Amino acid sequence: MHGPELLQYLITGLTQGAIYALVAAGFNLVYAATGIINFAQGEFVMLGGLLAVTFVAWHMPLAAAVLLPILVVMAVGAAVHWFAIRPLRRAHVVTLIMITIGVSVVLRGAARLIWGADSHPLPPFTPGDSIGLGGATVQPQSLWIVGVTAVAGVALALFFRRTLMGRAMVACALNSRAARLAGIRVDRMNMWAFAFAGGIGALAGSVLTPMTFTSYDVGTLLALKGFCAAVLGGIGNNMGAVLGGLILGVVESLGAGMFSGYKDAFAFVVLLLVLFLRPAGLLGVGLRRDDQ
Amino acid sequence: MFQARHLTVAVLLLAAAVVLVLGGCPKPTPPPPPPVGPALGPTAQAPSGEPIKIGAILSLSGPGAPLGTPERDTLTMLEKSINDAGGVNGRPLKVIVADDQTDENQALAAAKRFVESDKVVACIGPSTSPTTLTIMPVFKKAEIPLISCAAAVKITQPVEKYVFSTAQPDVIAVAKLMDYLKAKGFKKLAVVADSNAFGQSGVEALEEQAPKNGMQIVRKESFGSKDTSMTTQLTKIKGAGADAIVCWGTNPGPAIVAKNARELKITTPLFMSHGVSNAKFVELAGPAADGVIFPSGRILVADQLTDTDKQRSVLLEYTKAFQAANEGKTPDHFGGHAWDAMHMIVAALRSAGPDPKALAAALEQTRDFVGVGGIFNLSPTDHNGLTKDAFVLVTVKEGKWEIVK
Repeated sequence: MHGPELLQYLITGLTQGAIYALVAAGFNLVYAATGIINFAQGEFVMLGGLLAVTFVAWHMPLAAAVLLPILVVMAVGAAVHWFAIRPLRRAHVVTLIMITIGVSVVLRGAARLIWGADSHPLPPFTPGDSIGLGGATVQPQSLWIVGVTAVAGVALALFFRRTLMGRAMVACALNSRAARLAGIRVDRMNMWAFAFAGGIGALAGSVLTPMTFTSYDVGTLLALKGFCAAVLGGIGNNMGAVLGGLILGVVESLGAGMFSGYKDAFAFVVLLLVLFLRPAGLLGVGLRRDDQ
Repeated sequence: MFQARHLTVAVLLLAAAVVLVLGGCPKPTPPPPPPVGPALGPTAQAPSGEPIKIGAILSLSGPGAPLGTPERDTLTMLEKSINDAGGVNGRPLKVIVADDQTDENQALAAAKRFVESDKVVACIGPSTSPTTLTIMPVFKKAEIPLISCAAAVKITQPVEKYVFSTAQPDVIAVAKLMDYLKAKGFKKLAVVADSNAFGQSGVEALEEQAPKNGMQIVRKESFGSKDTSMTTQLTKIKGAGADAIVCWGTNPGPAIVAKNARELKITTPLFMSHGVSNAKFVELAGPAADGVIFPSGRILVADQLTDTDKQRSVLLEYTKAFQAANEGKTPDHFGGHAWDAMHMIVAALRSAGPDPKALAAALEQTRDFVGVGGIFNLSPTDHNGLTKDAFVLVTVKEGKWEIVK
């Protein structure tokens, strides 16, 4: 493995990793507010991509076609919370996690009915050839992906630390009873968490699709990888999600560089290692939960 | 450690979800095609008597739906036109379609139903190789001919007396490509293939035929059917000193390979399989599809064939009939497999009558049948009957197909 080759693997890995980080951030949003692992997160990504494809087919300008799905999937996320999670809010967290799996199956089935089983392409945000870099090449779309992830990561960190709403969400997760006593409307906070998770998922789907195509079933694998990234970084920790995603992407890319048929296995090896050796994740502190 | 336990539970649930997804969730069954009653043709005697029943096990839902749907449409159209023209030996033909949902168990249930209660004289399908391999023993035991629309080598090798296939096998696609590579003087091949059955069967054929044609495979890479980037594999290939890259797989993988190769500024000529011989590949790969060369059945380029091509008139006839019956939809290879199967069965019925055993023997005698997939010459040792001439080499030029001369 010589220089340019290694560099190319790193570029590919960082791009993929940025996507995993975005998906992981979606997991974190819901987890931070509700303590639920939302396995429909991958379907939010899928919906974002497919909606963008449809809007482009309707001759919308690309910017609108990419931004509009964020709003639509935010509504889907809110609806998922309102109709599937909220009615059972007294149930155990594990029950709710199972419900999210059910939701993911429903969303996938619906997408299949609407968009069919085929893959669909989306034009890149900025047209043009890939850029040479020390013997390797970078696609303009990769820069978009990394840039969007960086912005989203910073925005989320600021949101949770600096805004009232973000802090209220964290409060709901840490102790929903105390949060309620403090006047926070827990239900509404949870709904917003699902909505934001939908939005960030849709954003991931839109920036990803020009590179990889999309179809009704891309969500499953993306959710798995995003979940691995979230666990690796320490679930609930947004910087951890970004770090976990990038590490996972690079490990996968280098791994595939050695044994190309087993690329997907690396994510799960990483997941198992983390669960065995450091269940709280790299940056996790092991949130204490005193209710539920 | 509450959190760790939490995560473990989550991982277990996740595993359950994966099993659910991979195991296939229940899919909606599309309504059966409307029954087409025997209509009075202007020139033909209306068929009468007990209908001759032909089963069709097709994938109308699930991942195989893009294959099964044109097959169903083709059979429905043929059933009508054959009955309008007087049926077979004066009796009407009845095609009973079952949707196997691209699922082995569903295919098996349909096969048993056809054999035990419907008592069909022959069966067309299934659309995919795994479903075909699952139901073959049922037809073997019942001694009823099965004409599959799928291409796995194991369907026709070793030869089973009652099992046939109208799909072009990989080996002849590879042979067609090899002829071209050899003629153009390529010596060192890099192979990148899907890790699914289609890709790996192609790799086996390539590995077997390359040395015989004086070529060497200098690099072999694979990718998962759901992989979203083949940059890593192509980067390795880039450094391997190959003078041609052969990619074997079905959509969307090869489209990503074409795209990534262009992004990595790889200038080595790119060759692909008949798995990309469809409009979807061009749609997905966009400008990156330009210059890719692949073996393809002639239906893709029917309008470009010369008058001397033996298949030309059949292809144009099929295209015209299919478009008339399906609101202008363009016919494809898969519908072609069903067209060929149906015509072979009808010809055998005319010569041997509706006894399944006699029918199988007659099918084996099919000679010089000019179909959509190629010119079929069956024999007791060859239940497919196609040669590499069933393929032409096609390239993409500015998003349009062009026959490679």
